[in-house]
Amino acid sequence: MAEAVVSHGTAPEGGAKETRRDFLKLTAGAFAAVGVGAVVWPFIHSMNPARDVLALASTEVDLSPIATGQAVTVMWRGKPVFVRNRTPQEIEQARAVPLGELRDPQPDQARVQRDNWLVVLGVCTHLGCVPLGQKPTDARGEYGGWFCPCHGSHYDTSGRIRRGPAPLNLEVPTYTFTSDTQIRIG
Amino acid sequence: MAGLHQSDFKNPVVRWIDTRLPVFTLLQKEYGTFPTPRNFNYLWNFGALAIVNLLIMIATGVFLSMNYTAHTAYAFDSVERIMRDVNYGWLLRYVHSNGASMFFIVVYIHIWRGLWYGSYKAPREILWMLGVVIFLLMMATAFMGYVLPWGQMSFWGATVITNLFSAFPLVGQHIVTWLWGGFSVDNPTLNRFFSLHYLLPFVIFGVVFLHIAALHITGSNNPLGIDPKGPQDTLPFHPYYTIKDSVGLIVYFIVFAVLVFFAPNYLGHPDNYIPANPLQTPEHIVPEWYFLPFYAILRAVPDKLGGVLLMFGSIAILFILPWLDTSGVRSMRFRPIARWFLLLWGLNFLLLMWAGGKPAEGIYVTIARLATVYYFLYFLVILPLLGRLERPLKLPESIAAPVLRGGGPVPAGAAAKPMEKA
Amino acid sequence: MLRFRNLLGALVLGAGALLSAAPARAAGEAVAIPDTRFSFDGIFGTFDRASLQRGFQVYKEVCSACHSMHLLSYRNLLEIGFTGDQARALAAQFQVMDGPNDQGEMFERPARLSDRFRRPFPNDQAARAANNGALPPDLSVIVKARPGGADYIHALLTGYSDPPEGFQLGQGMNYNKYFPGHQIAMPNVLNPGQVQFADGTEGSVENMAHDVSSFLAWAAEPELEQRRRMGVRIILFLVVIGGLTYAVKRKVWADVH
Repeated sequence: MAEAVVSHGTAPEGGAKETRRDFLKLTAGAFAAVGVGAVVWPFIHSMNPARDVLALASTEVDLSPIATGQAVTVMWRGKPVFVRNRTPQEIEQARAVPLGELRDPQPDQARVQRDNWLVVLGVCTHLGCVPLGQKPTDARGEYGGWFCPCHGSHYDTSGRIRRGPAPLNLEVPTYTFTSDTQIRIG
Repeated sequence: MAGLHQSDFKNPVVRWIDTRLPVFTLLQKEYGTFPTPRNFNYLWNFGALAIVNLLIMIATGVFLSMNYTAHTAYAFDSVERIMRDVNYGWLLRYVHSNGASMFFIVVYIHIWRGLWYGSYKAPREILWMLGVVIFLLMMATAFMGYVLPWGQMSFWGATVITNLFSAFPLVGQHIVTWLWGGFSVDNPTLNRFFSLHYLLPFVIFGVVFLHIAALHITGSNNPLGIDPKGPQDTLPFHPYYTIKDSVGLIVYFIVFAVLVFFAPNYLGHPDNYIPANPLQTPEHIVPEWYFLPFYAILRAVPDKLGGVLLMFGSIAILFILPWLDTSGVRSMRFRPIARWFLLLWGLNFLLLMWAGGKPAEGIYVTIARLATVYYFLYFLVILPLLGRLERPLKLPESIAAPVLRGGGPVPAGAAAKPMEKA
Repeated sequence: MLRFRNLLGALVLGAGALLSAAPARAAGEAVAIPDTRFSFDGIFGTFDRASLQRGFQVYKEVCSACHSMHLLSYRNLLEIGFTGDQARALAAQFQVMDGPNDQGEMFERPARLSDRFRRPFPNDQAARAANNGALPPDLSVIVKARPGGADYIHALLTGYSDPPEGFQLGQGMNYNKYFPGHQIAMPNVLNPGQVQFADGTEGSVENMAHDVSSFLAWAAEPELEQRRRMGVRIILFLVVIGGLTYAVKRKVWADVH
């Protein structure tokens, strides 16, 4: 390098040239890095949910045919939603538990809008299996709610995790009562 | 037992890898110090541009395929969903569709460079032939890609092009049925085209690797068409040509961006925004612009089989070009007669492109026929004869001599400098 | 070298001339389409939201009786400046098919934002049967699907007249100056005052045609504004980095030349 500079002329001029070249190279390199970074984003973002996926159809559930003690499963966002019409005993059972005993402490009142109607996502918070407990013949686990057969998580009558590997309670989706006998999920 | 590689790298991690798998040495040798003729002009950018273009096509294609549905009932709408609902989907799709056009622009210029400077001549015959293979694969890939949006031009282009094979006697119709997987272009056809459209770019990538491997055996040609005689005639590839290619790359990106952002449908055809309708052929069906010259040759022949053979022949002839050109001089710069014929051939190619986009009637057919005749005449008659009849201009002593012309005698230091850099 | 540059230039120019001839070939023998001034013309043009909203009204009250726009959803109305409540109210004016319900039956309900625009006919056969055998094309991407784009749509909508002397008009067909072949199954649908615009814009044929053409142009290319904005930024960026790269190249090559 040095020899090349010398052959061009006096040293101070050459030195200035070298600095300018390095500066140029750095700037151009920085611009190129920004450019590459900016190019990567559209590719990554294209894999995020598209606009039609985000504008999900909401699901409406007619509650009138669900008798006390029964439950239905409806599909929302490609996942099952459990809607259970709880018996007074089940409500009682859920509310009698001291919060300190819970892994993910949440009072039952915070998980329902109307006492007897429990609406939760039917997706085990461990690794995403669908717990049993919707059909009368299903195993409901030791706490009378749901039991996940994949890895043995037990949920209570408020959908809260009580035993097993799952870390959190069954998620409550956003829903509204459009009338006394109908809810809209989403 | 082979021994470990003796690595010259100082960085311990690089050195550790390099002694076991000498990729760094390889890169350094092939793209760092690789001796490259010092007199490239900007036409020598186009090989690098083509590689970048291929990578862009593969990247955008992979992401587009995540949202594309290869089914006749959903293909059109899935493409429009990409345009409307997928985040940056319109960008990916317009880059991909215009990228095909850019790819052909780049490759046509790359081929033209090869023709003008005689890059196909010994010892680069295999390098050239691999290039023709890439070109053929590109055409197949582009054709099948154009079918995927399942618009009117997609459908009728697929119908017409696959029907080319029906021209072959006896087996023709069977071949066509086999290509379709049915009795018309339909869902099985769309599915297999999607599969092959995804596969072929990787085949192209493989052949490009061979193309570059061959290039690095023979070394690059250069605008003078004479071989480098020593270190004074060459420069290390890096930084000289990495930076020169970068300049070309940015100009290429600008042209690309103008197309994608301001005229994304300029090179397309409005009819392809009409969903495919097997019951109605569009009034004028034309292939994409890059196929027009070959389409013109096809239509120039009044016989079905003859047209098909001549069209395939127009590309096949490139394979034997190294032996058709009998002149020992590579660069047209030193061939005072041949360069005019080649220039005429280039204009003739554009004329064919123009004629291919016109209706197949009247004066257009006549023009296409004359242009077709010259297309082949150049390769089959003019080039072989000129090699014997033409008297080339005097070739320079070396590459360094004309590059440093006007500066009087070459200073010893100047010629030695590139070596010091290396 | 110099001569070669000229050659290359000639080739590029030649290619450009060829390509610019391409749109002309598609227009065929149709009459030259008059150029209409739209707010989205040119490389910096943007959509006029008020015009798009009026255009949607024209589509809703006139075109949608026969033409579907199945690629659009009511949520897309938010993009042309309707508020969420306005868009929800507009959607609710349409009954769309949903189902099957728990009894296995299809049922109709008011449309929501996530629904596609309602189709006027259940299928193409029904559309033909109701329209004298002619199929009214889907309008979602009509502006991209016709040479001349929005100019053509505007010309077509305003191009109806009585046929010239001696012109043989087919049964149930209408004369239109700008339609290829001049015989179109679609009757003249825009009459003065047909649409009452809430913003006080006069419901003239010209205004309605202009607004609905704008609306269809937006429907075909909803990404247009974002695309142009991004394009300007990217090209500016490329010009700057191009200058820098060229300067580096000059420096690197300084001791070779």
